[in-house]
Amino acid sequence: MKILVALKQVPARDLPVESSGAWIDESALQYEMNEPDAYALEAALQMKEASGGEVIALSAGPARVQTALREALAKGADRAIHIQAEGEAARGTDPSINARLLEVAVREEQPHLVLTGLQSDDTGSGQTGVILAARLGWPHATLVVAIEPGDGAVRVKRELEGGWYQHVTLPVPAVLTIQSGISRLRYATLMGIKRAKTKEIRVVEPPAEALAGGGLCLAGLAEPRRQKQTQFLEGRPAEQAAQLVEKLRFEARVL
Amino acid sequence: MSQILAVLERHPSGWHKMSWEALAGAMELGRALGLPVSACVLGPGAAGAAAEAAAMGAAGVIVLEHEALEQYAADAWIEALAELIAELQPVFAVFPHTYQTRDFAPALAARFGRTLMADCTGFSMEGGAAAFERLLFQGKQIGRFVFETPAPNFVSFQAGAFRAAQPAAAAGRVTVKRPALDAARIRQRPEPPFREAAQAVDLSAAERIVAVGRGIQDEGNLELARQLAAALGAELAASRPIIDNGWLPADRQVGSSGQTVAPKLYIALGISGAIQHIVGMKGAGCIVAINRDPKAPIFEIADYALVGDLFEITPALIDALSG
Repeated sequence: MKILVALKQVPARDLPVESSGAWIDESALQYEMNEPDAYALEAALQMKEASGGEVIALSAGPARVQTALREALAKGADRAIHIQAEGEAARGTDPSINARLLEVAVREEQPHLVLTGLQSDDTGSGQTGVILAARLGWPHATLVVAIEPGDGAVRVKRELEGGWYQHVTLPVPAVLTIQSGISRLRYATLMGIKRAKTKEIRVVEPPAEALAGGGLCLAGLAEPRRQKQTQFLEGRPAEQAAQLVEKLRFEARVL
Repeated sequence: MSQILAVLERHPSGWHKMSWEALAGAMELGRALGLPVSACVLGPGAAGAAAEAAAMGAAGVIVLEHEALEQYAADAWIEALAELIAELQPVFAVFPHTYQTRDFAPALAARFGRTLMADCTGFSMEGGAAAFERLLFQGKQIGRFVFETPAPNFVSFQAGAFRAAQPAAAAGRVTVKRPALDAARIRQRPEPPFREAAQAVDLSAAERIVAVGRGIQDEGNLELARQLAAALGAELAASRPIIDNGWLPADRQVGSSGQTVAPKLYIALGISGAIQHIVGMKGAGCIVAINRDPKAPIFEIADYALVGDLFEITPALIDALSG
């Protein structure tokens, strides 16, 4: 099977994200591969290892996304496509723009499957894969935790809420959005990193219409409001611990 | 007629309770914009349940009845709702942000050349128009968004964004419609839902829970959390990444894809507080959060916050409890 994996580069989750009220301070950020997309890549690589085919990594954004693509190549993707996008079109606050940018490469490549993470760790709309499928006129399934390739179709296991699952069969070509935990993530080997340097990253400039807004406009950013009267217990660890035990016994009365 | 349409979610086992929160959100939008609210029900048992929905305060309830809607499939929901929305042209179509909504609503909105405003935590009125709030960057920022597209627009509300609608004095009118749904257009072939092996641990019955997240860093460090749980007589639980890593079995997971818990005491060790986790534990009586990042979203819902290194605080806490 020819599998295209759409992956996003997002701000590292451990670091604070500050904003001026209009947009975040990007200069202070470090970036990493969106974790759910790393699981989509893993699922694609395992399908290729089991039954052959080709895995193509795809990302839309500024030049820095090539780092994420290079990581995918080091883990075993055969080649990569970088759809250029800068500024507002690369922010991901309007998932239709991202879907349209990815669509450019999908139409060129005509893969059997497009895999992507179920959501991004930055803007978290959880929509890009589904919008992409709608635009292509392809069927889709979300929250996929297992994939069984079949003849002209795939049977997938979807996660429902509250510990329930469901199998769904759908014809290919199709778009699947992958839930995290589908399998253990691999690390890139030294050999893989070396090989990745010789693999192709094709850069594509999207047509202007792919960059047009999808209707959602970010009017401003703010820091979240506190929902509770949180008591911050200060001091050295032993002092914090002693205060907490005191509060749990005599204030909250839960011990 | 100008109106707001709330799309409720019905399963064979009954209502998805977020349906009533989405309906409450739709009614609040309706009051702010001076528009009536209709609710739409489709799915298994929809017709029988319509009267229940009609008592919840919407002006009317529309039941979509069709044999192809007896089991959920994305294409079936998209076809049936696209037909209704094209006919009603509501100002907003409002959805609970459930797994099912995530599966079909983005494609439904795309049918109309629109983008779903997904997973909103609320809205405010700005110059006569609604601005919707969404959490961004793992809850570190709140974004205020407005639609640039004309009606119909599509919005989904996060769990807990609104207090669930309650039965009202007057019941809305129930209308039954049969969509011209062509079953041949449904490409997904769903099989019946199932559960994996029975859950060995019922966290929902636990009075005290110690839950670990990414901050625990390594499987070997779980022993520290086990010791704290033992000192408290608590059950051990975890957020999704710990389960994904295979460090604890799936029946120890708290959150939207795991168990929903409401213990008297919940201690979150190294959990940042992604919304998927918070929806599973925010009902706890007393929440203690231990995290090195003072801006971690978990602190917004914590009663007691301990900013610092969990590998120093946890042993100190075990000592203090046994002292």
